[in-house]
Amino acid sequence: MGSVQLTVNGQVRQLEIDPRQSLLDVLRENLDLTGTKKGCDQGQCGACTVLVDGRRVVSCLTLAIMKDGASITTIEGLAKDGTLHPLQQAFIDHDAFQCGYCTPGQICSAAGLIAEGKAKTAAEIRELMSGNICRCGAYSNIVAAIQQAMGQS
Amino acid sequence: MISFEYSRSSDVADAVRQMAASPAAKFVAGGTNLVDLMKMDVERPAKLIDITRLPLDTVEETAGGGLRIGALVRNSDLAYHPLVEQRFPMLSSAVLAGASQQLRNMASTGGNLLQRTRCAYFYDIATPCNKREPGSGCSAIDGLNRMNAILGTSDACIAVHPSDMCVALVVLEAKVHVTGLRGERVIAIADFHRLPADTPQRDTNLEADELVTSVELPPRGFATNYTYLKIRDRLSYAFALVSVAVGLELEGGAIKEARFALGGVAHKPWRDPRAEAALRGRAASEATFAQAADLVLSEAKGFEHNTFKIELARRAIVRALSQAARGTSQSQSNKKIA
Repeated sequence: MGSVQLTVNGQVRQLEIDPRQSLLDVLRENLDLTGTKKGCDQGQCGACTVLVDGRRVVSCLTLAIMKDGASITTIEGLAKDGTLHPLQQAFIDHDAFQCGYCTPGQICSAAGLIAEGKAKTAAEIRELMSGNICRCGAYSNIVAAIQQAMGQS
Repeated sequence: MISFEYSRSSDVADAVRQMAASPAAKFVAGGTNLVDLMKMDVERPAKLIDITRLPLDTVEETAGGGLRIGALVRNSDLAYHPLVEQRFPMLSSAVLAGASQQLRNMASTGGNLLQRTRCAYFYDIATPCNKREPGSGCSAIDGLNRMNAILGTSDACIAVHPSDMCVALVVLEAKVHVTGLRGERVIAIADFHRLPADTPQRDTNLEADELVTSVELPPRGFATNYTYLKIRDRLSYAFALVSVAVGLELEGGAIKEARFALGGVAHKPWRDPRAEAALRGRAASEATFAQAADLVLSEAKGFEHNTFKIELARRAIVRALSQAARGTSQSQSNKKIA
């Protein structure tokens, strides 16, 4: 076991964990933050995307013990004071999901994308969101939702 | 995943000493490949030495007009670095052609060099694989080999190196700086990766105690006439069937300097001096490009499911050389190939 301190959604958490634990498993199993989803668990689907120190990563391939001192933002940390994050509202406005399983990862990834500031066109949004798979195929509505949120931010 | 000991390293010398003291250890940085392989029990390190806190995360200009990229520079930071975008746009393009933004935010420059093949049998511990278990046999030679190599193969292994970044680095003639117990040395990128021959378990010429510390780019960047063209099964977030990195220098309509390398076709990025020589001094025309392509592929050998790659590579080379000669490099967001 090893100890690690993570600031998760603004809250400092001191944890004793097995070095084998992914950040995804620590979030879900140790901290009960089950909004972050386990899809492929191999870095291929993006369902587990969270922000680490403001950058989007796949938490399934992140060893939590390596992130001592880091700040983590999950889907649970995006809404502020009862108001949805503009991306959450935009996903609702554009019906940008069907089953919803990929949605927390899509929204966290889109938050990272907006912070990076590299995507301007729809083609660039599609390319830079290609790490998030939606098996329901809501892609066109996801792009529209992100465009709406980009206009607001 | 098996249990492992975890330690952090504070400086390069300490990291190298830790590795020398624990032969079954692995360095870990981004973890995007290693952690995945550990989950599959393909990699079973007794210890992980976390090098992410080493001071190797900067891009610096060298005295000669080139760049020195720290081994821990993230792939996304490398691709978007202003000096890389301006002077080495082929490298930016190649990095952005690989993986997803989440993975590029995690993956390091050194780790990209050291990533392992995605051959399905290397990942499947229920099947023989000479790379994973030397002497056990190659399941791909008579198996599902659509993604496998057509150049430089051996009877022991037909795996390909999966990196996009390394294909551009070969064209740019990058130098890999490494540190081991006996000190520092520099390895030319062309000599860094190996062909499988009868030792496919060794991907590179890095010694067991050596750590990649930086990648140096010589000043010649081919920033005007370049491209990175990647052909794959879907438009984004897939490994290459064939990729081509090209750097040209033109004078009038003639080719003054020509370099190109292929990805997705061999155990290392594939560069052929004969084909480049066939371009120098010639007019930049499709006929010239086709001759160069034929030279590269003259010794190509397909297997049951990947023979199509030979013709695909031939056409991709001609297309990529044409893009570079026109000065219209392949966009990595608008995927229409012109």
